Amino acid sequence: MQAMLRHLLHLTWLETKIFVREPLGVFGSVAVPVLLFLVVGRIAIGSTDAQAIREAAPGDVEFLRTDLPVFVAILITLSAVLSLVTIIAIYREGGILKRLRATPVRPPTILLAHVLVKLLFTAATLGLMVAVGRRFYPIGFDAPLAAFTVALAFSTWSLLSIGFVIASVVPTARFAQPLGALLLYPMIPLSGLFTPIEMLPPGLEMVARYLPLTYAVSLLRGIWSGNGWSAHLGDVAVLGLVFLLATAVASKTFRWE
Amino acid sequence: MNPDHVIEVDAIRKAYGPTVAADDVSFTVRRGEIFGLIGPNGAGKTTTMECVEGLRAPDSGRIEVLGLDPVGDRRALQLRIGVQLQEAQLQKRIKVREAVDFWQSLYPTAVEGGPLLRQLGLHDKRDAWFMTLSGGQKQRLFIALALVNDPEVVFLDELTTGLDPQARRAIWDLVRGIRDRGKTVFLTTHLMEEAERLCDRVAILDHGRIIDMDRPAALVERHCPQRTVVVATDFPAASERFRTVPSATTVRSLGGRHTIDGRGDALVTDIIHTISEHRMPVSEFRTVLPTLEDVFLTLTGRSIRA
Repeated sequence: MQAMLRHLLHLTWLETKIFVREPLGVFGSVAVPVLLFLVVGRIAIGSTDAQAIREAAPGDVEFLRTDLPVFVAILITLSAVLSLVTIIAIYREGGILKRLRATPVRPPTILLAHVLVKLLFTAATLGLMVAVGRRFYPIGFDAPLAAFTVALAFSTWSLLSIGFVIASVVPTARFAQPLGALLLYPMIPLSGLFTPIEMLPPGLEMVARYLPLTYAVSLLRGIWSGNGWSAHLGDVAVLGLVFLLATAVASKTFRWE
Repeated sequence: MNPDHVIEVDAIRKAYGPTVAADDVSFTVRRGEIFGLIGPNGAGKTTTMECVEGLRAPDSGRIEVLGLDPVGDRRALQLRIGVQLQEAQLQKRIKVREAVDFWQSLYPTAVEGGPLLRQLGLHDKRDAWFMTLSGGQKQRLFIALALVNDPEVVFLDELTTGLDPQARRAIWDLVRGIRDRGKTVFLTTHLMEEAERLCDRVAILDHGRIIDMDRPAALVERHCPQRTVVVATDFPAASERFRTVPSATTVRSLGGRHTIDGRGDALVTDIIHTISEHRMPVSEFRTVLPTLEDVFLTLTGRSIRA
């Protein structure tokens, strides 16, 4: 048990360093969401001037206060899942997973290390977003950051388990990125991020209710706007169930080579 | 289990759907030898080796490695063996030193990384990313990782495939060094020259079955006892003289060049004797010995390169 933890920490640190060395790794997963946050924020108001913000339409302020941060948070999560799918596919194709499995490392440790790396970068991105937000985003409000970080980590953890299911079905590393994107990104418009799901056509509303992302959006938006956890026990339960189900499926379907 | 036997494989069979990769395969590997599983690509070498390593479970049959069951006692066995897998890679941007450090951390006892890398000629490359290494350097790193836990048995699967002849020879020297330090080496190769030069004993695998097993020289002696001597001389009646040599079976003469086939080492002695007896002026003298490639051709009717 102690050896397992030691292996996990060592491998997590190693994979973190390797991810940082990827030419687009950190840029894609950290810089892109933060830049998007800043640029879209600026475009929405037309100015970051405090005077302009006070005079902005209430809808715009609402967008900046809630919608944009939650949207970027969801983007961070989905890009973490996509990155995980791609890395697992590349590692499988290159025989890296097989090579690691021929050592005393326990197989779940290998996968858990990647989950931890993704959570680490998710937290780092969120931290950077808050930092630049404080500096360049002159809407003064107090978001419950600690609770939001926990909510984002929990949502990401849950959705990453779906990443392992997707990684089990992608045939080759070449297909991992496009196929993963095709499976993940269509969830965005259906998740209630832009349109409340009650306002979707009945057929799509049904679909939305079965998408895990819908519950992540609901949880993140609620916690961001100051709701207590008790108001979102349903979301937490669904995301927890998604994690259990996806992990159970992945443990049956996961291919190491 | 005989204490001298490090690996015992008894009638294992492994099929993937309708494809039988290993069919009634049995062999033993003795302590301190280099044992080679040889045969063409697709013969079942890797499947057999991965069953012995505990990476796959055979459908039937029994395997014992160092007295352990590779599947049931996998954890205990892993600490005592070192493996290099065919076509395995590492993370593109992992440094040589980081890989060795991580592997060391996985075993309760490990050899020191510095001397290990020096011994394998990788010390200057310790801060290089895996993706920047040459093919030979990558394979030497995999040997280093296989040796990190000071294993009793080392498994090397198609170690020199894709390497240039110079890198290949350097690797052979390293493998001999591993054996000379008292370890047992179990390797697979489809290169007959490699098997002949490196292995103390080989088993020839074809279509999942072992067709024969022995020291390379003994296999050649058993299946290809013919020897060929080529002599170039302008001595007038050379052809007739060579035909009278008792161990010669056929003599082909073209211009002043005579190709004499016969059986056994006596042929070479007999030809030298005939040359000296008649004081023939010789401008070329060459003996052609059969190789494991010829053995494979004799046993299967196919060339191993096909």
